[in-house]
Amino acid sequence: MSGTARSALVRNGTAASAALLIVFLAAWQWGPGLFGVPSFIVPPLSMVASEFLHAWQFDHLMMHTGVTAAEVLAGFILGSLLGALVGYLLGMSPVAEFALSPYILALQIAPKVAFAPLFILWMGFTVYPKILVAILIVFFPVMVNVLTAIRGIDPDLVNLARAFKATRAQIFWKIEFPASMPPLFAGLRIGATLAVVGVVVGELVGGNRGLGYLLTFGEGQANTPLVFVSIVMLTVVGGIAYLAVIVIERRLLHYLPARSVGGDL
Amino acid sequence: MTDVVRLEYRNVTMRFSESGGRGALTAVQGVSFSVRDGEVVALIGPSGCGKSTLLNIGSGLTPPSQGSAFVDGERVEGPNAQVAFMLQKDLLLPWRTVAENVTFGVEIQGVPRAERRARAQALLSNFNLAEFSNHYPHQLSGGMRQRVALARTLAVDPHVLLLDEPFSALDAQTRMVLQRDLAQTLKKAHKTALLITHDLAEAVTLSDRVLVMSRRPGTIVDEIAIELPQRDDPIARRREPKVNDYIARLMDRLDITHAALERQPAGDAA
Repeated sequence: MSGTARSALVRNGTAASAALLIVFLAAWQWGPGLFGVPSFIVPPLSMVASEFLHAWQFDHLMMHTGVTAAEVLAGFILGSLLGALVGYLLGMSPVAEFALSPYILALQIAPKVAFAPLFILWMGFTVYPKILVAILIVFFPVMVNVLTAIRGIDPDLVNLARAFKATRAQIFWKIEFPASMPPLFAGLRIGATLAVVGVVVGELVGGNRGLGYLLTFGEGQANTPLVFVSIVMLTVVGGIAYLAVIVIERRLLHYLPARSVGGDL
Repeated sequence: MTDVVRLEYRNVTMRFSESGGRGALTAVQGVSFSVRDGEVVALIGPSGCGKSTLLNIGSGLTPPSQGSAFVDGERVEGPNAQVAFMLQKDLLLPWRTVAENVTFGVEIQGVPRAERRARAQALLSNFNLAEFSNHYPHQLSGGMRQRVALARTLAVDPHVLLLDEPFSALDAQTRMVLQRDLAQTLKKAHKTALLITHDLAEAVTLSDRVLVMSRRPGTIVDEIAIELPQRDDPIARRREPKVNDYIARLMDRLDITHAALERQPAGDAA
């Protein structure tokens, strides 16, 4: 696509997105009243906004958001590192992959969020079970993408390096590792959003901190606006995590054609 | 050209165990030939006759089942610095700039950075690519990419070049220009080369000698010395009337009219 066509697309697309946002917010504000939906089912936008200010002042909204964000960050980083590490090791050892694949598959099929109560039994109402669920849930997309990337490297590329008398370490650092970057980042993008899911489920199950706790607290009080505030803040936390991955991805994968990096966002 | 032998295959046989474990497939059978210093030898033959297998053996990537390859009189036991290969695929690394791709081989071999840069600049200006040295491969055309691959092959300063259909993915005009670039470089740098190709005109115009291989199991069935002037200018050579005689003779040896009717294997397995 040419530069001008691309910038026209960006301009028109941004305008359409903004218009859609305004329509959505307006529908949220006046839709419920128009259709006679009671405010304890769908509170209008203004009610959610004032609940936001109230929660900020009296319900430690920022503290809960901070706790959740910190858990997401820790779970995402540890889960990604672990996933990438195992992905590289399995990718370089077909025997290990063959031996471990049934167990990895089983663990992958098992719904990771179901482990949350177990982890809380083990570690109590601390931040650790939440981080652990996030680690577990982030691990798989990252590991699978790295493993597939290593497996998918053109053997002729490795032969080229071998013909230059490259050592095993040189083949890894000069070919396999850089070649795995685009799929690794695709995995990290998925992982960034899944980390939020893992943390929230952990917080829903037990504890007295974090947006997941605030969500159940609001539910217990039949405070629907607070539930909405919590959902919005969770989306913000997930969105920031996702954007951070995309910013790093664009920096590192600058050598690829622009359109193929970080999707269309 | 001198009489020193640079590359030699001595009674090389290569068998692969077939998938499914039913017996072995013999790709090449008792192949012997040698390439002298500064000589360019083309190797032609039907698909799957084991041409690429010979290249892998020569570059030390695969050991033969029987026999040996020799480079500069020494038995090939593994990859060695005297041999470099180039394939139909350019195998450029997308995360490296053009200059960094050119120096990939010398970087692995531990040549200091300053010298690497000097070599890359010299080669790139030689191939009219100097202004692209900081570009990334996706920004180049197919012909330019293949030229970068050739520069990378030459950067390690090998005695012997093994070329496996290096231009077969390019369009006809680009191919002719690159054939000329290759021919000039080989002549100027006095390199020895084994050129595997499907293109009979390429074999005749670029080489001193053409070896013809049979269908699997591949053996050398004919050897034709190309007695034409100007090995460094294939475009001029192509105008020589004798080129057509050589091509006709190669077509006869390959039994092209019959082979074309047979079903070709899906890929060049060898």
